[in-house]
Amino acid sequence: MSRLDVKKTYKLYVGGAFPRSESGRTFVVEDAKGRFLANASLASRKDARDAVKAARSAFGGWSSRTAYNRGQVVYRIAEVLEGRREQFEAELRATEGITAAKARTYVDASVDRLVWYAGWADKLAQVVGGANPVAGPYFNHSTPEPTGVVAVVAPRGPLLGLVSVVAPVITTGNTCVVIASEEHPLTAITLAEVMATSDVPGGVVNVLTGKRAEIAPWLASHADVNALDLTGVDDPELATSVEQAAAGTLKRVRRPAEEDLLAPPPLDRMTDFLETKTVWHPMGI
Amino acid sequence: MKFEYAPAPESRAIVDIASSYGLFVDGAFTSGSGSSFKTINPATEEVLAEVAEADAADVDRAVKAARRAYTRVWSRMSGAERGKYLFRIARIIAERSRELAVLESIDNGKPIKESRDVDIPTAAAHFFYYAGWADKLEYALPGNGHSGADPQPLGVAAQVIPWNFPFLMLAWKIAPALATGNTVVLKPAETTPLTALLFAEICQQADLPPGVVNIVTGAGETGRALVEHPDVDKVAFTGSTDVGRAIARSVAGSRKKVTLELGGKAANIVFDDAPVDQAVEGIVNGIFFNQGHVCCAGSRLLVQESVAEEVVERLKRRMATLRVGDPLDKNTDVGAINSAEQLQRIRELAEIGDAEGAERWTEPCELPDHGFWFAPTIFTGVSQAHRIAREEIFGPVLSILTFRTPQEAVAKANNTPYGLSAGIWSDKGSRILWVANQLRAGVVWANTFNRFDPASPFGGYQESGYGREGGRHGLEGYIK
Amino acid sequence: MTITPSTATALSDAVASDSALRGFLHGLPGVDQVGAEQRAAALGTRSIKTTAKAWALDLAVSMVDLTTLEGNDTPGKVRTLAAKAMRPDPTDPGCPATAAVCVYGDLVGVAKETLGTSGVKVASVATAFPAGRVPLEVKLADVRDAVAAGADEIDMVIDRGAFLAGRYLEVYEEIVATKAACGQGDRRAHLKVILETGELQTYDNVRRASWLGMLAGGDFIKTSTGKVQPAATMPVTLVMLEAVRDFRETTGTQIGVKPAGGIRTAKDAIKYLVMVNEVAGEDWLHPDWFRFGASTLLNDLLMQRQKLATGHYSGPDYVTLD
Repeated sequence: MSRLDVKKTYKLYVGGAFPRSESGRTFVVEDAKGRFLANASLASRKDARDAVKAARSAFGGWSSRTAYNRGQVVYRIAEVLEGRREQFEAELRATEGITAAKARTYVDASVDRLVWYAGWADKLAQVVGGANPVAGPYFNHSTPEPTGVVAVVAPRGPLLGLVSVVAPVITTGNTCVVIASEEHPLTAITLAEVMATSDVPGGVVNVLTGKRAEIAPWLASHADVNALDLTGVDDPELATSVEQAAAGTLKRVRRPAEEDLLAPPPLDRMTDFLETKTVWHPMGI
Repeated sequence: MKFEYAPAPESRAIVDIASSYGLFVDGAFTSGSGSSFKTINPATEEVLAEVAEADAADVDRAVKAARRAYTRVWSRMSGAERGKYLFRIARIIAERSRELAVLESIDNGKPIKESRDVDIPTAAAHFFYYAGWADKLEYALPGNGHSGADPQPLGVAAQVIPWNFPFLMLAWKIAPALATGNTVVLKPAETTPLTALLFAEICQQADLPPGVVNIVTGAGETGRALVEHPDVDKVAFTGSTDVGRAIARSVAGSRKKVTLELGGKAANIVFDDAPVDQAVEGIVNGIFFNQGHVCCAGSRLLVQESVAEEVVERLKRRMATLRVGDPLDKNTDVGAINSAEQLQRIRELAEIGDAEGAERWTEPCELPDHGFWFAPTIFTGVSQAHRIAREEIFGPVLSILTFRTPQEAVAKANNTPYGLSAGIWSDKGSRILWVANQLRAGVVWANTFNRFDPASPFGGYQESGYGREGGRHGLEGYIK
Repeated sequence: MTITPSTATALSDAVASDSALRGFLHGLPGVDQVGAEQRAAALGTRSIKTTAKAWALDLAVSMVDLTTLEGNDTPGKVRTLAAKAMRPDPTDPGCPATAAVCVYGDLVGVAKETLGTSGVKVASVATAFPAGRVPLEVKLADVRDAVAAGADEIDMVIDRGAFLAGRYLEVYEEIVATKAACGQGDRRAHLKVILETGELQTYDNVRRASWLGMLAGGDFIKTSTGKVQPAATMPVTLVMLEAVRDFRETTGTQIGVKPAGGIRTAKDAIKYLVMVNEVAGEDWLHPDWFRFGASTLLNDLLMQRQKLATGHYSGPDYVTLD
């Protein structure tokens, strides 16, 4: 007699825990051939609110960790992901209907991307900050600092897409609320399991599954969100309306743009969510 | 014995104000197709000139001129040549600095010693600084996905500047835009258009190709037409947070790159081990410099409770030596409020301070009969809940709060939607660095305040805007 | 360090022991060099014109300690100087006399004799000026001699070596002893304490030395001997003016300030007066509370007075060389 599979319940990832949507809603996720795969949690505005709260509470601790330590944590995500690569390859093939080779490429790229960002953590400040030679007896120095809570709309690529938008945001000390790919939400939750076991403090990354158009406007207008990454918003009208909503508290907005996720990412994936702080001090005896 | 300083007015003879001014479009002064407005001397209410109010058609003409100049001349010119134009402009500003300073003080109301010693020299320095960047842009954005390729200009920049530092803000906007190969349509504030129009003349003297810099004068509608013009690639705005919000909303979904430098409510934190005499100077400079019309003004004094009384006494004694009056008098420390409207806002907020129970103390000084004046004022007994501790007053009004521990100081300092600047006064190095690290503000002045330099990035967190002006960072908003 | 009247009583405790004195002096608020220099420079940009300038020039003349402190000083030189002090501008009887002449102790008698009852004081440097590197007894004898010869004011030097080595109580006690040697009651010579700020190097030291001099009973604190560069500077004088202002606030006792050396032009002197006015306050705008230790300054003040009176620039042949 064959054994019956134990199926995973896909929930949200908020504050380091995996709650169901407070709304009790789910939506059906199908595989590439249109067969039922799972019921994903359909996040509500209140889930978004809870996620922002979790991200905000995690921000102080995460941003004040040493850059070295953040780099190690991001590297740890890569390690754990590498160890679970078969699971991810299988999931990618099931959800996207891609070949084994293609799935391997995406997992490879995702692991490598994390490693790349891990190395950036304690180098970026030297590249984008530095001493400013002012005309006076002052020590004057600029450093990049995380902007705060970043709401991210992840692009379609279920794994690489998510890694590409989350890694740069957290490497630099921000925390985030991510709306996972609406089409492929399940891998995002599996990746959340990786993060939950990779020394990423709870609340640093929060993953919501559901409808972009339903959740994004709430995040865009939320006063405790500092920035928006609209990479995954493919509807121009939605992009415009959430950018308008973001203007209410003058959030930093990264607009959607064509991007080859397999190519080396531009530095502004990180710098778009950094503030430059400049400190002056007199030099005297 | 009483040492009475005799009047020491700077001569007005050096400036020649025309009775009316048109727009500067495509290298020439042209009349606007709209109406006109008056610009006045806020210290006397004397009408200085009639200035054209650019309408949408005028703005369109200016943007077209800028586009033409961009396509045909400026974007094709080598960085080195662009830089030479900017160096030239920097030199002409220095040559005409006294004239610019006097004109600025007449139109704006700020003391001549500030326009002479701060605004104009810093503006010249800004052009000089960015001139040097023009042929070095490949070093400006390290590894930003453009390896091998030079950073490219955006195109036409729409720039809208405020009335508090009219000429300096012009320099902050135009210098980096031109250095990076963009062309410019700039709108000065409606109450302070004159030095921008003098700058147009400087562009002519520098032989700057027509259309590279265009100046359109006008008020909010002109600014809106400029910012919303579909052929603009870049919007740079300095001004109020409300207008900044409107701009951010209006460019949503467009390709326009935006930098915003908006309001602030900076905390100036004085610890019990502060170098107290310098701290008092820093408090005074922080809030009374330029009549407090400074977005990064240290308008919230957070003083450690154990020294609060002493610091406030010293502050009052120091304030009693501030000389309020004729902006052109070389001994004036605090000049005129820029407009009747701004004076009204300052008065209203000060009255709210009274109504909310804060204790007002005003420097005993005589104010002139004409013009717009507000004597330097402090409020003690202010808490975070007071409106005068939260809203930007943009005038010579200081709210004084106390704190007990560094943690409390930081928590109070950061408890605002703004995040432009902050001050720290302490003799303990490690504490300064800890506090500076904790503060959510783009510029942190430790044991100093209100220092500006072309090499130093300036700009805020949160609702104080985004993007940086000054330094290498100031180029980022103008290149792709 | 909070300076309030309530701490006044604590001041006597401050000098009770070496460690108490160190604790007190090191508890004074720090001075940020850049900020202090900026403040001094800003005060230097005041524009003093016409009536204000005329008033300030006369005040400055009346504050001059006309000084000669050279190895080749002779009775003749001192008599000439004294004559100049009493009548700086022979062509203008309205020109005020200087505050004092300042000489070495051995020439006090000559100066006193020449000045007579003119009201111009005789100040004598003493305590083995300028280095002060002799035993205390010798220093005190130096003081007593000058006082006996009729000196109205004694300009002493502090032991900078002891100060920089942190032996504050020693410096304090020496000033106290010097003051005692200045005499008693009405006949007591006023004591000016020279800090020699050019050797103290930091403004923190200037502030501490100022307080030390005041706590020990100095009537004036004075920047320099004139024999060490830099001598008086605007920022050093600023810090000292802040100290006398705060000392009066704390104790009720007003102390004078004397920048000496390096002030050569009327323009500079007026900058100092602006600083006195805006930092210490108008109570100090009097020869009893502020002096310039200078020699060539006087002629420049006189030439500027003449320029104001006549409307054209004067020249060195129209003031006396003394």
